[in-house]
Amino acid sequence: MTNRIVDHPVLGKLEERQKVQFEFDGKTYEGYENDTIASALLAHGIRTLRKHEESGNPRGIYCNIGHCFECRVTVNGETNVRACLTPIKANMIVESGQVQPHPLNPSQEGDIPKTYAEYLEQEGRG
Amino acid sequence: MQIYDVVIIGAGPAGLAAAIQCRENNLDVVVLDEFPRAGGRLLGQLHQEPNGQWWNGIEESKALLERAESLETDIQLGVSVHHIEKLDDQFVIHTKKKYFHTRNVLIATGAAESPAPIPGWTLPGVMSIGAAQVMTNVHRVKVGEKGIIVGVNVLSAAIARELQLAGIELHSMALPTRNVVVDEQSDPRLVMDRLSRIAHLAPSKFIQLGSKFAKYKFVQSLALKYYPTNGIKMWGMPIYLNKAIKQINGTDKVESVTMVDVTINGDIVENSEKEIPVDFVCIAGGLYPLAELAAVVGCPFIYSEELGGHIPIHNETMETPVKGIYVAGNITGIESSKVAREQGKVAGLAIAHKELNSIDIEEKLQAAVRNVVATRDAASIQFHPGISEGRKKVSTAFQETMKTQKELELVR
Repeated sequence: MTNRIVDHPVLGKLEERQKVQFEFDGKTYEGYENDTIASALLAHGIRTLRKHEESGNPRGIYCNIGHCFECRVTVNGETNVRACLTPIKANMIVESGQVQPHPLNPSQEGDIPKTYAEYLEQEGRG
Repeated sequence: MQIYDVVIIGAGPAGLAAAIQCRENNLDVVVLDEFPRAGGRLLGQLHQEPNGQWWNGIEESKALLERAESLETDIQLGVSVHHIEKLDDQFVIHTKKKYFHTRNVLIATGAAESPAPIPGWTLPGVMSIGAAQVMTNVHRVKVGEKGIIVGVNVLSAAIARELQLAGIELHSMALPTRNVVVDEQSDPRLVMDRLSRIAHLAPSKFIQLGSKFAKYKFVQSLALKYYPTNGIKMWGMPIYLNKAIKQINGTDKVESVTMVDVTINGDIVENSEKEIPVDFVCIAGGLYPLAELAAVVGCPFIYSEELGGHIPIHNETMETPVKGIYVAGNITGIESSKVAREQGKVAGLAIAHKELNSIDIEEKLQAAVRNVVATRDAASIQFHPGISEGRKKVSTAFQETMKTQKELELVR
């Protein structure tokens, strides 16, 4: 872990803490107990936590205290979890946010149903 | 179903100090906070007082938390509150975890940072100045190798020093260039005026900086005209009021910023663009009270520039015109955490007094109210020179609101 502030002239030496392993986008990382997802990843030099849903532009933390929602990720399948407020847990699976299909752009619409009949068909009720 | 005496929203200095007073009087209390650690923004604070002693937010938070825990205070962290519902005789607090029923609520949600957006500000590596503070002092993670601070104010100057202490290199502090959103923060006259008015109250190094400005107090525009090209240095780092950041550059993350010279009116000097390599940028737009929950439960508001924004109307014992709803800390105006802590004490005692109605508590409450004023007067960092005037405005608004409420009841 390269980016830790180990020795601090006023706050003192960083105390030994329990190490915790978690997964981010398929790779395993190590953090410390009490780290948030955002702090544990930044300690490994990872700044990008999601791609903008429409443009795909990279995004990372902005406010770091839960107000701006820029750091939303998927945690163990739950979407829109704020990385800056969520402590890492052993074996936690974190996924970055990705570009979503655009309902108004035909080239990006993916499998979004265009009619109610299509919706019912997809649901297997057609 | 349990009905609490009080639910306290926010485990910062105000919330914890209030919880301690409530528990000392044996009230049923629960403290809620969405951050995984108790202490609020106090956690990140680290600065030297004029007497040379360090104000260490982690230690201060620990002291409050230990006292609260010794009184068996129920503190639930990682719980986000998203609504307060008012029923006839109680409130229901809606959280992501469950509903809490209570007779009284203390809203001690603190402050948030005003964004000062400039082109490129969504790139990973751009963050609010407070984000950098929490990363550095609380999580002990470096936000980057070399950065720059956009926005010159008392908060950004204090946090710049904290980053330096942690061994993080800063190029300088400069203004944002003017745009539709960033107005006040980009005006060199206004920024200098604010800095010079607060400098005499601020810790040691500010005093030196302040005296440099104070020399020019009557000729501030002259001072800006002759502002040193290399900036005024604080702790070896230049502070520029004659340079501004026009945009942040990079493909997938911050790679550089574009700096320009600005006139004393904040206009960009042509052909003055310079690219400065950095790997992080902190944006400092100042703080505003985080008051949405007071709004949804029906508290009336007043705008006070001195206090940092829209303030839920309250009196000196922290009551709002909505009976049973109290406020304390930065939601009542941007001030130091010491003031927040004293306000929390007042709110806690006011709630205990309402529930128990004892002369003993009333005396303590009056003393705590006086303590808030004394702490404010002695504060080494004041975010705005007109805080006392702002406070008066809010008190007057409270009296007027109560008078109107009474008149309306008489009509009914």
